[in-house]
Amino acid sequence: MAKKRQMYFRMITASLLRRRSRMVIALLAISIGAMILSGLVTIYIDVPRQMGAQFRSYGANMILTAAGDSISQEDVDAAADLIGPSDLVGLAPYRYETVRVNDRPVMAAATDMEGARKTSPFWRVDGDWPAASGEIMIGKNVARTYNLKVGKRMTCTFAPETEEAAAGGTGEEEVVMDNYKDFTVTGILDTGGNEEDYVYMLLPDMEELTGEPTLYDICELSVSAASGNLSAYADRITESVPAIHARLVKRVTESETTVLTKLQALVLLVTVVVLALTMICVATTMTAVVAERRREIGLRKALGASNASIVAEFMGEGLVLGAAGGLLGALLGFMFAQAVSMNVFNSSITLMPWLLPVTMAASVLVTGLACLIPIRSATDVDPALVLKGE
Amino acid sequence: MSLLELRNVSKIYGSLRALDHVNIKVEKGEWLAIMGPSGSGKSTMMNIIGALDKATEGEILLDGVDIAKKSASALTDIRRDKIGLIFQQFHLVSYLTAVENVMLAQYYHSVPDEKEALEALDRVGLADRARHYPSQLSGGEQQRVCVARALINYPEIILADEPTGNLDEANEEIVVELFRRLHEDGTTLVVVTHNPEVAEVAQRTIVLRNGRVDHETINPGFTGKIKHITLQ
Repeated sequence: MAKKRQMYFRMITASLLRRRSRMVIALLAISIGAMILSGLVTIYIDVPRQMGAQFRSYGANMILTAAGDSISQEDVDAAADLIGPSDLVGLAPYRYETVRVNDRPVMAAATDMEGARKTSPFWRVDGDWPAASGEIMIGKNVARTYNLKVGKRMTCTFAPETEEAAAGGTGEEEVVMDNYKDFTVTGILDTGGNEEDYVYMLLPDMEELTGEPTLYDICELSVSAASGNLSAYADRITESVPAIHARLVKRVTESETTVLTKLQALVLLVTVVVLALTMICVATTMTAVVAERRREIGLRKALGASNASIVAEFMGEGLVLGAAGGLLGALLGFMFAQAVSMNVFNSSITLMPWLLPVTMAASVLVTGLACLIPIRSATDVDPALVLKGE
Repeated sequence: MSLLELRNVSKIYGSLRALDHVNIKVEKGEWLAIMGPSGSGKSTMMNIIGALDKATEGEILLDGVDIAKKSASALTDIRRDKIGLIFQQFHLVSYLTAVENVMLAQYYHSVPDEKEALEALDRVGLADRARHYPSQLSGGEQQRVCVARALINYPEIILADEPTGNLDEANEEIVVELFRRLHEDGTTLVVVTHNPEVAEVAQRTIVLRNGRVDHETINPGFTGKIKHITLQ
């Protein structure tokens, strides 16, 4: 049996190596098909990660609101821990207060500026973001209203409420001095949205201005995760941190999901079309191979080859070609995916070693299917007709 | 009992009777030549005896078994186990070496054995050409590889279709000499030929005409050695 198997492989190898020109065409067809398959599957799998990073430029996709009056730093930390550093792109807790500028009310937001840069990467700032105490960034509308420019100074006043005042006190009124703080305008914010009506300061400055410890009203998060995972994170936060109610920014998550779904469907479609074209190309080549070798097939049958032997020999050649083409294609496919990723997403792709055997198996399967019809015609060869030279 | 017997065998293609009620017997160890002009039915008879084609009617007894009504798969088994074929066009696989071509017949028959295949090539005087591809061999050498391939499985009968048709005189003699040695070893030979010199060396010659056996001659001075006729 070993000698028979040895002869089988000897025949297949000789056929493939000695009839190189025809086989190189088949090998190229399979390799290109496998390359596209491997490349597109890599992109298909890596696209959510790549696109996820791209989508983060849309801004926060999760908002934490207070289930009660406010959110503490501990609550924010607990929520961040539930997401984990690998998926958490940015986190910006906000505290809002109404302050007065030139005796007119303006909404002031205090936040972690580094976090806000990550959760709102689309904000355009003329000048610089506040980095030190006493620096403030103002919305474009505020700048226009008060005729402020970068480098100008402004004063924000905060009027704390007393218990009596809050209760509409009738007794002797306590005199409470307004708090105020001087700021230097470092940047003017241009977003095209409501943010242009706000002024933005650092959290310690707000604490100093109000004289109250920092508690947050909301917290914006930018999370790199697929839609399903994002919902799971939101649910987990809401369940695990009672002071927080997490919800998704549907406008962002839905557009992410839509784009990703369409992109993946396109990749899948192209993959299927390429596989079909590969199959047609291999089938055509194998049909030509069988036609070329009708005399040889006739001879083999005249020598006593059964149809099963003919099938085994031609299928063996096809499968060896499929495996070799798959191996070559998988390697080229990684390079293809890498080139696409570098050009489109400007980042390198993750090597997936399991894709090598999967591509080879897919190539072998496609080649095997493509060989079925040509091989069927090989078994139909009549040895008597072939040996007469017809 | 004859090794091969054709009883009223006909082969009909549409309105053409390629073979018309042919009766022939071939004894074990006999060397039979079949002659006839083009279109006389020689190749058709060869295909039917060689289990490559089926007769339209009649019986074909090979070793006492009627193979006329056998299935295509059963005929494949018969070709593999009982028949050795030699062709005018040699029909060697171009991408296999001489020894691999001989081993091909072993592969389908039982188990390929390179040593045995090399011995077969040695018997036909080609031991030193065993690793050559057909394109590197002369016509005579290719036909000798074909003879080695036909005899490697010790078939009950060797059928040769115009075995010297593509050979020069020197190679023709070599091939006929190989047949003589096979005959001496007890091999049954049926040789289809146009060439009277090749037919003459057989024990018996059957001449076909229009699909029928026209006549048959016994070679009384049978030596198995070729005598070239000098044309006047």
